[in-house]
Amino acid sequence: MAVDLESLLLEDETPAHASGYRDHPPRMGFFTDTSVCIGCKACEVACKEWNQVPEDGLNFTGMSYDNTGGLGADTWRHVAFIEQRRRVAHQVSGEEVQDDGGSLRWLMSSDVCKHCTHAACLDVCPTGALMRTEFGTVVVQEDICNGCGYCIPACPYGVIDQRQGDGRAWKCTLCYDRISIGVEPACAKACPTDSIQFGELDELHHRADQRLAQLHAAGVSDARLYGRDEGDGVGGDGAFFLLLDEPEVYGLPPDPVVTTRDLPEMWVRVGAAALGIVSVIATSFIGRRP
Amino acid sequence: MSQNEVTRDGLEHTAPGREATVGVNTGAGEDVARPRKGRRGGEQPMVPEAQFSSYYDKAIINSPVWEAPDIPGYLFLGGLAGASSVLAAGAQLTSRPALARAAKLAATGAVSLSFAALVHDLGRPARFANMLRTFKPTSPMSVGSWLLSAYAPAAMVASLSAATGRARRLGNLATAGAAAVGPLVATYTAALITNTAVPSWHDGYREMPFVFAASAMSAAAGVGLIAAPSEEVAPLRRLGAASGAAEVALTKVMEKRMGLVGEAYELGKARRYGRLALGLTSLGAAGAALCGHRRWLAQLSGAALVAGSALERFAIFESGFVSAEDPKYTVVPQRMRRAARTAG
Repeated sequence: MAVDLESLLLEDETPAHASGYRDHPPRMGFFTDTSVCIGCKACEVACKEWNQVPEDGLNFTGMSYDNTGGLGADTWRHVAFIEQRRRVAHQVSGEEVQDDGGSLRWLMSSDVCKHCTHAACLDVCPTGALMRTEFGTVVVQEDICNGCGYCIPACPYGVIDQRQGDGRAWKCTLCYDRISIGVEPACAKACPTDSIQFGELDELHHRADQRLAQLHAAGVSDARLYGRDEGDGVGGDGAFFLLLDEPEVYGLPPDPVVTTRDLPEMWVRVGAAALGIVSVIATSFIGRRP
Repeated sequence: MSQNEVTRDGLEHTAPGREATVGVNTGAGEDVARPRKGRRGGEQPMVPEAQFSSYYDKAIINSPVWEAPDIPGYLFLGGLAGASSVLAAGAQLTSRPALARAAKLAATGAVSLSFAALVHDLGRPARFANMLRTFKPTSPMSVGSWLLSAYAPAAMVASLSAATGRARRLGNLATAGAAAVGPLVATYTAALITNTAVPSWHDGYREMPFVFAASAMSAAAGVGLIAAPSEEVAPLRRLGAASGAAEVALTKVMEKRMGLVGEAYELGKARRYGRLALGLTSLGAAGAALCGHRRWLAQLSGAALVAGSALERFAIFESGFVSAEDPKYTVVPQRMRRAARTAG
């Protein structure tokens, strides 16, 4: 990739600009406010319907109302259900009034591809099938993907996966087809509580900051934004979240990093090790001639 | 998408929607607020807490879809091929024709099998040519595809010339070319697997290229010891002993430096393969150094080195699945990193 001086000098560089788009729409994304998620899974259904994502088993996990399990090739939205013996701030549950004074809270959260600013899947894709769109989102071009599978362990969030019987990698497209004509993605459209909000990322950041302040003022001190920080290991997420507990409780990595960050040092070491092979083998030939 | 009704008196049927403040206005006062956990002052413990949260113990990252024996086999064969090409050039320059020919044939055989394994592992094998659709230095797999497409023809021409005795000058050129690209073919695979979120692969990125280099030389020396006549084995004995010892030592250093994640090398198949690799490589290195003057002992040592090198790659490969499937190896190191950052 050629170094583009212009893009390096730009102060507020967007991923689309860094990928070569010169005239592009604002960066679009999701703000998933889990504090108002009611776990209805309308997002999962709407996503499957709109994107014609195949059925991937009617499973019973037996662990919670979550029978989906996690994101994958055939699950681009996944609603997590967490039960905890804790209160949400000052909330009193019926159980608490009736019996032992314990409390139970449910956390529900709709997970999705993060559309990272520095996307590992996109970096490692050898064919160029994964690409950055003009909206700053990350999309797999299914006519190019050859199913090498490199993006799958590269993703620090466990989002993208290989579809059984198809061989290619699949994930959320942030409804590239819908947003291209100015319509919001299927999951956001279907969300009855506006837990999933779609829009310009700057606007969503602003909205999320306000919402966080509102919740903190209401005494929900555990509320936090996840993927909002542009200084994190992936340069911030295009799809970020408001969580009510630690990220790992929701199955999210606490400090994700795009490993290509370390790749320059890896290449230096690969080169040094290659020189090592040449010098060690050369040395082994020094000695008495046969 | 809450539906409000606009009337003369203003909005009706407004739902709180996304402005709903959870956990307040429920009749309970401040006094029932959940007691906050006391913050411990002073020093933080150096040893990570074994306690960590997860979502029903489910993995955070998705496990690789790469399969054995294709991919670990390729890691081994790529190393064997690359180092053999350097060995072949050395043997040719020092007039050891039998060793040169054997090393060239080994390189060609290994790279051909590699190619088959790589294409076989693709989800869409018919689209393998898409690998050369673009060149991306951010993708070790893209870089590797280009390295292999430069290396494989050179290795093949070199061995064809050596086997038939024809086109000597072209053969020499190809021998030199394969020897130049070969070392990178042997070591780039370290960047390939460490440039992932798999904890027991990525956390070894500082040492892995050197582990792979040692393992590649050990395998090439092993094949040489099996194939070369007695009067040509002297360099192989030195190389086998040195690279075998280096492979064992570097692997240990790498696993130690990983800390908690190093556990993944001590579980399941990774442990079994790793133990066998350690034993065979140690035996092979010692055998090559001490009793390589006897042909059959040299061959036995060579076989042990080859098997040890292959098993080492399988051990590293399998550890990746252990560390990917248990959320502990993703969560605990990341929490420690985050804590260290906020503290410092």
